[in-house]
Amino acid sequence: MAKRTSNAILIPIACVLLGFVVASIVLVVTGRNPGGMFLSMLQAFTGINVQVGTFNPRYIGEFFVQSMPIILSGLAVGFGFKVGLFNIGGEGQLMMGSLASIAVALSVHLPAPWHVILVLVAAMVAGAFWGAIPGFLKARFNVHEVVMTIMLNYVALYLCNWMIVSVFGSTDHIKTAMFPQTALLKDAGLTALTNGSRLNWGFVPVVLAVIVYWFIIERTTFGFSLRAVGFSKEAARCSGMKVERNIVMSMVVSGAFAGLAGAVLTVGTFNYGRVLSTAEGYGMDGIAVALVGGNNAFGIFLSGLLFGMLKAAQPLMQSQGIPKDIANIIQAAIVLFVAMKYGIDYLLKKIRPPKQETFDEEARV
Amino acid sequence: MNVLYTMLPIAFVYASPIVVAALGGMFSERSGIVNIALEGIMLVGAFAGAAVTILLEPISPAAGYYGLLAGVVAGMIFSLLHAYTSVNLKADQVISGTALNILAGGLTVYLCEIIYHQQRSTTFERGLAKVSIAGLEDLPFIGPLFFKNVSPPFFFMLVLVLLAWFAVYKTPFGLRLRSCGEHPQAAASMGINVFRMRYLGVVISGALAGLSGAIMVLTQDIQFTASSVHGTGFIALGCLIFGKWNPWGVLGAGLFFGFAEAVAIYAKDIPFLQGIPLEFFYLLPYLLTAIALVVFSSKSVGPKASGEIYDPGKR
Amino acid sequence: MPYIIEMLDIIKDFPGIRANDNVTLQVEQGSIHALLGENGAGKSTLMSILFGLYRPDSGTIKVRGQEVEITDPNHANQLGIGMVHQHFKLVHNFTVTENIILGLEPRSGLVIDRKRAAKRVREISELYALNVDPEAKIEDISVGMQQRVEILKMLYRNAEILIFDEPTAVLTPQEIHELMQIMRRLVGEGKTVLLITHKLKEIKEVASVCTVLRRGRLVKTVDVEGTSEEAMAEMMVGREVNFHVDKALAKPGDVLLSIEHLNVRNAKGLLGVKDLSLELRSGEILGLCGIDGNGQTELVRAITGLVPVESGRILLNGQDLAPLAIKRRLDLGLGHIPEDRQRHGLVLDFRLDENFVVHSYGRPPFSRAGILDKARIRENAERLIGEFDVRCGQGGETLARSMSGGNQQKAILAREIDRSPEAFVISQPTRGLDVGAIEYIHKRIVEERDKGKAILLVSLELDEILDVSDRIAVIYNGEIVGIVNASETDENELGLMMSGSKRKVA
Repeated sequence: MAKRTSNAILIPIACVLLGFVVASIVLVVTGRNPGGMFLSMLQAFTGINVQVGTFNPRYIGEFFVQSMPIILSGLAVGFGFKVGLFNIGGEGQLMMGSLASIAVALSVHLPAPWHVILVLVAAMVAGAFWGAIPGFLKARFNVHEVVMTIMLNYVALYLCNWMIVSVFGSTDHIKTAMFPQTALLKDAGLTALTNGSRLNWGFVPVVLAVIVYWFIIERTTFGFSLRAVGFSKEAARCSGMKVERNIVMSMVVSGAFAGLAGAVLTVGTFNYGRVLSTAEGYGMDGIAVALVGGNNAFGIFLSGLLFGMLKAAQPLMQSQGIPKDIANIIQAAIVLFVAMKYGIDYLLKKIRPPKQETFDEEARV
Repeated sequence: MNVLYTMLPIAFVYASPIVVAALGGMFSERSGIVNIALEGIMLVGAFAGAAVTILLEPISPAAGYYGLLAGVVAGMIFSLLHAYTSVNLKADQVISGTALNILAGGLTVYLCEIIYHQQRSTTFERGLAKVSIAGLEDLPFIGPLFFKNVSPPFFFMLVLVLLAWFAVYKTPFGLRLRSCGEHPQAAASMGINVFRMRYLGVVISGALAGLSGAIMVLTQDIQFTASSVHGTGFIALGCLIFGKWNPWGVLGAGLFFGFAEAVAIYAKDIPFLQGIPLEFFYLLPYLLTAIALVVFSSKSVGPKASGEIYDPGKR
Repeated sequence: MPYIIEMLDIIKDFPGIRANDNVTLQVEQGSIHALLGENGAGKSTLMSILFGLYRPDSGTIKVRGQEVEITDPNHANQLGIGMVHQHFKLVHNFTVTENIILGLEPRSGLVIDRKRAAKRVREISELYALNVDPEAKIEDISVGMQQRVEILKMLYRNAEILIFDEPTAVLTPQEIHELMQIMRRLVGEGKTVLLITHKLKEIKEVASVCTVLRRGRLVKTVDVEGTSEEAMAEMMVGREVNFHVDKALAKPGDVLLSIEHLNVRNAKGLLGVKDLSLELRSGEILGLCGIDGNGQTELVRAITGLVPVESGRILLNGQDLAPLAIKRRLDLGLGHIPEDRQRHGLVLDFRLDENFVVHSYGRPPFSRAGILDKARIRENAERLIGEFDVRCGQGGETLARSMSGGNQQKAILAREIDRSPEAFVISQPTRGLDVGAIEYIHKRIVEERDKGKAILLVSLELDEILDVSDRIAVIYNGEIVGIVNASETDENELGLMMSGSKRKVA
């Protein structure tokens, strides 16, 4: 048992390190200095600029800001994986969450903190709804969730853009009016603490979400049936579990996490609604986070911080002469190595020798 | 009615990359490997196509065609990653494909930064110029439609569909390919090298997807950007399902989707569509793909063993 | 007669096991040579080596006196060796001809010459009296015909030596008889047949020589005519085999489970179960036998709730289960030991203690208000492991996947028995298990009967049915064609009923 857990930690770490190695090679081959990449990451994480010898807590604040939606995105993807579903629709579910946040922020008038809480709840419901659609279609019609969720991402993008412009009154086609302070997660105190970063109270729902994720999966009967369905639909059905319902519920919860990410972005990082020209990539980030985190609550939290740090380091990299897209290359390489690791795991399972002298027909020799 | 007539050539332009990419997906899936990295491979092909065209335009009038060739080659090389991970390492094919999509996005823009010092490539002058075929273009009705100012990839698409159909259903290669996707153990017991077949299937899909990406950027845009493909790789997958993994079905489905995309351009000219906001037309192709998935998934007739990890030890 | 195949001192290792341990096999040309052994004895591995799927770690192979190294199935084919697999390797949506020519297609230019292919297939099938329709799709033809396609695959490649791997598991008695004729005809035309099996009767009927393997080692090669079935069984198992389970006479009570005029559709949309009625009494084991594919699977699925019922009733203690969900049926007192222990009986990637509560996790004491009580779940596992002697490496924390088949089945049995249902539906409980596990499971089933439970035992093994059941029902083509007392019938009568030639409703 101990061996399995330590393997479960070492392998993702190895994949991450390999990802950095690959990126370094790419940089060197194209005539850039990998050192700049590592320096940027260090600065994003600690606020310390080693070259100039300064410390600015604003970077740490931004590091958290970038991590928060990514962790939530990772929880969304991870929850889907638990039941055997690949939820690439986090992007769309997040956007619907954003839309709901905008709607509640601008159309409802409540005192703080109720306004903000309503925003968060509305966002989760919207995300849950957008996740329920592919979940239901998968359960009922066996529509493959991968292509379906990607299509829904695009539909969400254009739908939200249109609504922001025509319903919520964007005059410049870029953003809406500013939200009232009652709807925001922002706090002047936190902003001052981190020297002007966009750090906000969003980390509270994020931490709560991580705990809720862990609790549902490990401790509840709901989580038990989800895991059973994810491992073996047929055996779950035979024991009386409602497989279709579990699939839909899993996507509902998954979508809720993603919707919450949308809220944290809209009323935390920003304080107005934005028209997006393309998807921002939080869905893909979530996939990387979930895979590296092993679909495990604490793992997702840590890997979310890792990828958040990468994202926060991107502008710093640009100023070091390193194209910020190297971060995407790192992310892709890590996911690829994790995919390979799953493959190696699978091979190990097949070779596992039978314990006793008597054999099973399936291990037929 | 006239509008419909002028819309068709535009529909062909949009349809061509969809069909070509979907054919690639077909070869891969028929060999038993799910390839959702079509999007990423198309992006890589688009980048290669744009880059080579920009490079060669000053010196050659056929630069665009060299660009297409570059797309094919780049797509093949990139797809080897998916082949290795899926076939040799037996990794989950969907995760591997997703990784490649992320990689393609990062790598192409990164290279743009390195080469062009911006997040996109520089523009090319002509791309893939439209052609008119002397003589045929004067035929009544079909002449102006198919032979005047038409985009060459349209013909490539038709030829490829024909070749694909022939290869997959008439030749021994096709029979063996399909057997690997339906029942790899059966194929292996008849002496067929399943690994090799699957590599072939993936590399062919890489070639076709790369070609498709190059076609897309050279006929629909003036430069390469990160949004050059904007989900067309996934629309191609939807087209594959809609077309029931069959070249002619794919052609029909692709033309249908191409038409849907063309509608967006001409919406303002069609009287009863004028009041509808533009965003609706942008999302129409994706919505149609989603609906097609729902309608056709339950009658799914894809290759039986597609996506399953092939284990030679299993009997 | 010279040896056409010689496998000398073959050793083959897999991680953790020595599958073939210095095995020697010598096959005379023109003979039907049987290879006998239990599951896991190493016979399939040996034949896979001969067929080129595996390479031996040491030892020599000679074909027609020449030493060879068989690198892959193609090479084996070239040497004239062909194999009819137990699990058919046929592409379901290809035609018969396409399956036969795959890999060796006749061409005309770039294209497959389908006419020439069909002609050749017809020629061979006529020569060996193997009746097939070259244009039919595999998914549409009978199992017997599918097997003939497998045979044709080899003959198309001019196989001289034909290996049959457990060929009769899926055939009706009539089809088995036909297969025996085909084998004799093949030998008559100069072929050599290698028959892998664990069915002693078939060896006696058709084979001349028999090589017995046990636990990877060669026991003995005997002349079939001079050796009794009992002697062969003892060689196969290593001790005197007690073919019968000790049990007292049944004392059946009231009807517990009553199936009335049941109609169920199968996967193809046709009626798999037709107007079927059956009664199970408490304290009685009703065995259900029939050839695979005659409706047993649909019947079990309908009773347990995995498929819907078209019409009819399933009464448990007077309550109709037909409209109820699976969970409800289990709650009302139905126990189910499914046919496929790894796909339906257990969640392989769950731990043993989790598997013990897959049905009852939603209730106290295992959970309260939706929250699991892990301590109780663990305690429960400890208790069951002790009571039922389930061997597992790490107690309740063992992953089900890493347990042996016998112990997996014991675990399922433990779980179901512990729930104390009123009626059990038990499907193929001893498939793939060794004799020790079989004895134990049969003993437990009889114990449950003596507690007053009603048991429906569905099995493809006639020996098991005859041995364990009190009454036997035979299903043929979706209908019950015979109900007899186990003590008053035998294999022959059951075989006749199973193939539709006789009806007897007691």
